[in-house]
Amino acid sequence: MIHPHDSAIVRTLGRIVIPVAQLFGFYVLVFGQYGPGGGFVGGVVIAASMILAILIFGIDSPDSIMARNILHGDGLGLLIFAGVGGLCMIGGGQFLNYTYLQIPNLDQASQHFIGIMLTQIGVAVDVAVTGVSIAISLSFDDDEIPQDEGSHG
Amino acid sequence: MTFELPLLFLLVITAGGAILVKDLISAVFILGSYSFALALVWALLGAVDVAFVEAVVGAGLATVFFLLTLFRTTEKDTHIRRPPMPWPAIIGLPLLGVLLLYGAGDLPAFGDAYSVASTHISPVFLQNSLADTRTPNVVTAVLMDYRSFDTFIETIVIFTAGIACALILRKGN
Repeated sequence: MIHPHDSAIVRTLGRIVIPVAQLFGFYVLVFGQYGPGGGFVGGVVIAASMILAILIFGIDSPDSIMARNILHGDGLGLLIFAGVGGLCMIGGGQFLNYTYLQIPNLDQASQHFIGIMLTQIGVAVDVAVTGVSIAISLSFDDDEIPQDEGSHG
Repeated sequence: MTFELPLLFLLVITAGGAILVKDLISAVFILGSYSFALALVWALLGAVDVAFVEAVVGAGLATVFFLLTLFRTTEKDTHIRRPPMPWPAIIGLPLLGVLLLYGAGDLPAFGDAYSVASTHISPVFLQNSLADTRTPNVVTAVLMDYRSFDTFIETIVIFTAGIACALILRKGN
């Protein structure tokens, strides 16, 4: 299990860097259709910011509650991606053919735009959750399970 | 063009250093610097998306994963003995290098508009992606629209990696 870092410099800098990194991740995710970046990179940056929170404040700290709670979204990104494909199939087309996304009052190119955006969000959610999940799995210590169960009751 | 030779030199230095150094934590950080130099090479060649992924994943996330793995094991590779190189490798690897250099002479020049890769389907993507998808970044349009099924399978691969790590490493819970 990762213990919280006791250096004041690291903790203070972490409080500054982590929100900036998360904001940059969302920017890369949203801006991926206009510049370099996209769902994968945005998800990795968001995951890296949450892993940084775990490494600095410890996994049981209230400061890394977002990294703990995001684990419940495991598979949600894949569900978004497959859901967009399924919506295309419901609309009468092939899997992931955004022409059949059937959004009213939108032309075909805009439907493709919406489809790309939704699938990018799906990839970002999947990558972010998986990154945090692998980091928590790697820091999982078998020896501390009895102590945790004893302390919690 | 003036930056290419120093960057390639840096790549060779950092790759060799990551293999040869005894302290594994130093090796992880040297590998991170290798990824950063490689990202600069990609950016220099015009592949900005690949450079972004290399910088974020290679220098950022993979370094953290390597470090977390090292914290569970030992930091020195004293138990790993490197045996003397077998003689087929001594003879075969230089031959393979010569063969690769000979094959590299037939590769198209960088930015060649008449090579096979840039005449088959790339012009279709470059000409139609903005009108088809309203996405100025062609790489995103190809990845997420024209080839979105490939991306879907890759997302499944990432998801499976997370599941497998959780199943193997989180025992007893």
